[in-house]
Amino acid sequence: MPAIQARGLERTFSGDVRAVAGVDLDVAEGEIYAFLGPNGAGKTTTVRILTTLLRPTGGSARVAGFDVVAEAGEVRRAIGVALQEAALDPLMTGRELIRLQATLHGLPREEGRRKAESLLQRVDLVDAADRQVGTYSGGMRRRLDLASALVHEPRVLFLDEPTTGLDPVSRKTIWAEVEQLNDEGTTVFLTTQYLEEADQLADRVGIIDSGKLVAEDTPGRLKAQIGHPHLEIKLLDDAVEERAEEVVARFGKPLPRKDGAVLVELERGAGAVAPVVRALDEAGLTVEALDLVEPTLDDVFLAKTGYHLEPEETTPPDEPE
Amino acid sequence: MNLAANLRVIGALGARAVKQTFRRPQLMAPIIVFPSLLLAIQTGGAGRGVDLPGFPHVNAFLDFVLAGAMIQSTLLAGNSGGIALAVDIEMGFTDRLLAAPISRYAIVLGRLAGTAALGAFSAIWFIAVGLIFGVQIDEGIPGVLVMILFVTLSAIAFGGLGAAVALRTGSASVVQGLFPLVFVILFLSSAFFPANLMLEPAATVANYNPLSFIVDGIRDPVISSLSFEAFAKAIGSIALIAGISVGLSAIALRRRLRLGG
Repeated sequence: MPAIQARGLERTFSGDVRAVAGVDLDVAEGEIYAFLGPNGAGKTTTVRILTTLLRPTGGSARVAGFDVVAEAGEVRRAIGVALQEAALDPLMTGRELIRLQATLHGLPREEGRRKAESLLQRVDLVDAADRQVGTYSGGMRRRLDLASALVHEPRVLFLDEPTTGLDPVSRKTIWAEVEQLNDEGTTVFLTTQYLEEADQLADRVGIIDSGKLVAEDTPGRLKAQIGHPHLEIKLLDDAVEERAEEVVARFGKPLPRKDGAVLVELERGAGAVAPVVRALDEAGLTVEALDLVEPTLDDVFLAKTGYHLEPEETTPPDEPE
Repeated sequence: MNLAANLRVIGALGARAVKQTFRRPQLMAPIIVFPSLLLAIQTGGAGRGVDLPGFPHVNAFLDFVLAGAMIQSTLLAGNSGGIALAVDIEMGFTDRLLAAPISRYAIVLGRLAGTAALGAFSAIWFIAVGLIFGVQIDEGIPGVLVMILFVTLSAIAFGGLGAAVALRTGSASVVQGLFPLVFVILFLSSAFFPANLMLEPAATVANYNPLSFIVDGIRDPVISSLSFEAFAKAIGSIALIAGISVGLSAIALRRRLRLGG
């Protein structure tokens, strides 16, 4: 049974705005699935439907085996949710927030207390636990949000842009935590506008644009779909570029030269690098620099949508309020 | 989730609402500071009003206006509760609650529980202020308990109005915009001046204003013995306002859930 399944999921808002336009999803248990797309692509609307915060206007979805409309209560018991721009009360302390979350999920008082302490320890917020959230940095807030979403040990965790606006160190801390949770068996569905985040964390990536899923696969296969890696060869003597192109053509399709470098697409990938260098050497051509360039998710995004993904910072900077 | 668990949730959300109010001065000020200031100004500046023919028999003007300060406090507590709920909606905190397996109504009831607790606090505050400055409560301890009960229940009734507007609009500034209306309703009642001494049409409006019945119910134990008629009118008015306001809140909540927001 998939952890998340959607068929023809749609959401239309007043004014005939189709935020989600027929999305199909199958996320396996134990998977990290990244929903990649720019602001306004339909990521958050999809998450809001899957977390029962918004009713779909078409199609259906099941999370943890339960229908998000007919069995919304069961879905809520099975999921943890950390929403975009961390919806935290700045006047509550970190400890109060996690305890409240424990109460919301029906944990007995003593168990809620124990759970709060262990989660605060897990996200390294013990020292700040009795400070009001308004004094936390952006990274601390995201960690607290993540901890509060884990209080009832959810089967499926939804993270809506968990690292938007965070500095690189805080971002990597969140990534490490997400990976650990996944290792412990939690299915993770995250939305992101960061290519690196999707590439680094996700078992599979879904690219959403204008409410439609335009591509979906593992990051490796998505990149492979749009082309092979290419080798950029800078020769010591610029005058021999044509001869070099004749040599490398035996190993793959030559590409247009770039900044004086000879380019060749390698169908065999990195395995063809050494033979290319040997062939150039045997032809008496001296290589000055060599760079194997793999396709990126940005290339995939460009190929599938026609434009580059440029993340927008939608949250305040990583500083306390 | 069973009833006991939902009651725990309501209690936890009520406790959060109270802490939130004490930690945010702009929410606390209308409940305690403004009514206390107005009480001081009125008592100092209009104290000679007791000499007017037809003014109820009281020991001092403070005996009369104390109930007005209490009802002003509960009206503003209701409004502040509405503002706090709207802020929760604006900042997405309500989504955190809606994503949890709790009754949707627990979210509103939790807020109202907090407003009720603030109402009780306000009643105790103003009774203490009154006693310090020489008010004598003719009905004694039972009278004090009745005053606390009326003020607490009024807070729930007025809190429902704030919650309804917050849920309908999702905008703290809209709820805040109700402040002037609060004062219009307040001054067109017997809160600060006897209705029989008002000019028309204010006198007629005050005579039919449910707020007047509630204020009279709170005031009666101070200045005389509480009659069954005053008690029934006060309870009836509170029930009427609470019925309408909580009903409107439920409608606004259902609409918000339907629209997803």
